Amino acid sequence: MVSDSPAPAVPEIAIDQLCFSYGAKQVLHEVTLDIPSREITAFIGPSGCGKSTLLRCFNRINDRIPGAKVTGGAIRIAGIDIARPDLDLQVLRRRVGMVFQKWNPFPKSIFDNVAYGLRVHGEKNTKVIGERVEYCLRRVALWDDVKDRLKASAFGLSGGQQQRLCIARTIATKPDIILMDEPCSALDPLSTLKIEELLLELKNDYTIVIVTHNLAQANRCADKTAFFYLGKLIEHGPTVKIFSNPDVQQTESYVSGAFG
Amino acid sequence: MENPEQLIRKGVHHDGLKQGAVKAVLGGMAWGVVVVALLIFGRIFWDGAPVLLKPDFPFVDTSFLTEKTETLHIFDDASGTRHSLPASQYHQWAEKNGSDAVFNETSYSYSGGGIAGPIVGTALLTLLSIVLALFFGVSAAIYLSEYAKDGRFIRLVRLAILNLAGVPSIVFGLFGFAVFVLAAPVFTDVPSDRTLFALPLGFTWLSFQGWNSSLIAGSATLACMILPVIITASEESLKAVPQGFREASLALGATRWHTIRKCVLPFALPGILTSSILSLARAAGETAPIMFTVAVAAKDDFPWQGTTGPLGMLQSQVQALPYHIYTLAARIPTSDYTQRAQYGSVFVFLLMIFLFSAVSITLRNRVRSKLKW
Repeated sequence: MVSDSPAPAVPEIAIDQLCFSYGAKQVLHEVTLDIPSREITAFIGPSGCGKSTLLRCFNRINDRIPGAKVTGGAIRIAGIDIARPDLDLQVLRRRVGMVFQKWNPFPKSIFDNVAYGLRVHGEKNTKVIGERVEYCLRRVALWDDVKDRLKASAFGLSGGQQQRLCIARTIATKPDIILMDEPCSALDPLSTLKIEELLLELKNDYTIVIVTHNLAQANRCADKTAFFYLGKLIEHGPTVKIFSNPDVQQTESYVSGAFG
Repeated sequence: MENPEQLIRKGVHHDGLKQGAVKAVLGGMAWGVVVVALLIFGRIFWDGAPVLLKPDFPFVDTSFLTEKTETLHIFDDASGTRHSLPASQYHQWAEKNGSDAVFNETSYSYSGGGIAGPIVGTALLTLLSIVLALFFGVSAAIYLSEYAKDGRFIRLVRLAILNLAGVPSIVFGLFGFAVFVLAAPVFTDVPSDRTLFALPLGFTWLSFQGWNSSLIAGSATLACMILPVIITASEESLKAVPQGFREASLALGATRWHTIRKCVLPFALPGILTSSILSLARAAGETAPIMFTVAVAAKDDFPWQGTTGPLGMLQSQVQALPYHIYTLAARIPTSDYTQRAQYGSVFVFLLMIFLFSAVSITLRNRVRSKLKW
């Protein structure tokens, strides 16, 4: 998972027969899916189909929800089973970043938001932190807007800017994979467009998995698309195929807007 | 519409009168409370303020705040002039003029001098108890809100905390007496005769002989009393911090404790401080819990005098304002000469609580202004 090595032969994320439950309610049924490196993979499907749950399994953030557990199968990231008892959860989460549906910068300054992850992982050198913060803010095309007010509260930014700040915060810890849980669902079309441009630019360095309700967005950005329905993976493949010529009738109905 | 003339009212408007009467009665009740409050504060201000304030510069008579409590002696001298002197000045006077120059002497305990002792005692007690209660209370609240899984045991803990909040303060006083004064463990080379149990540690003894009546026993008792309020309010403030902050922090690879320290606790601080402001006033004002555990009616030196270091100070007894006011009101006869001490103490006490609250509220607002979401 070193950033500048060629894409490895093993898929970045390999999901094998995964079953997942919240208490007695099973929400994922034997999902098997490979997610390739350095591409954008979109999860689509109607609400409650389990796509967000699956995404939240990749960095095991579901662990903190009472009663939530994997009941079968496994997820391997670069060949390593992330359910291993000797897995270092802090390192996993540093290498598998996450951007949330509702932008959630901390009530701290813009600078401290981006620097948070670095400080978490023990970086003390202010020069290194400063450079990394500038790099990340430039990367998300926010630097020119905020360079004069890095010490100002992150809450002064617009919604789209806050979400881009959250992306900068995520890439600050040098992840290999970025998980995005409906990152644009609460944004206006213009901000959405900017985020989408950013995604296309970021996929050169990061494997991106995005959950979206916006079919047009999946169509525009994603290389691969996976369609979920009622906790089952119905169909997955190249985005062009899923949207123009799917194999399964249900996929066809969903992408054409017949239900969902 | 049929019969639109029904929209026009005929005759006397009884309903409107009734509504007006209800409003007047309810309003009267509300204003009645204000009048009662004004009467109480007005009386205290009227009789108490002259003790502390004087008409000429610097307008404040600091001697009442800085002098120690003394017995007040009232007597006539040979020429029939009436004197009212605190004990120390009385003895000087008597030495100079001879004790046979004193006629018609009466004395009132605790009514002379100032109230420096009670002020210092109350300040120390309040500060120490709020520090203790915040430490234990916030720790418990963090556990309940961030770590504990909802189950029967946790529900039982919450029930116990809620019930604790309803326990009368005199019960806390007795509890503090039984536990902190008589049974709390101390390290000592020579266990006392009345120790419940002494554990030999080789180089010293761990003796369950209590902390005696002392600053630390009183503060611990007061801390127990305000603990339930602090736990409940802190837990609420912790829960009010958006889940998104926790998830974002965890997703960046922070540990749970790091997340709590950096992303939950700082943002819950304004709420925690608000609850402690209320507790502060309560801890400063209660008489019952300190009666058996720390307070004395008269004490010649300050808590830091005649002891060694801060540890020694914790073991000393102190005077406290609420107990001092109780003593002045219940143990000595009221006369023109005692009113100065009585109303002065109450006035200073109210000022002090007002000052505590003002400082805490300023502090809270400063913390809060940095946080907005």
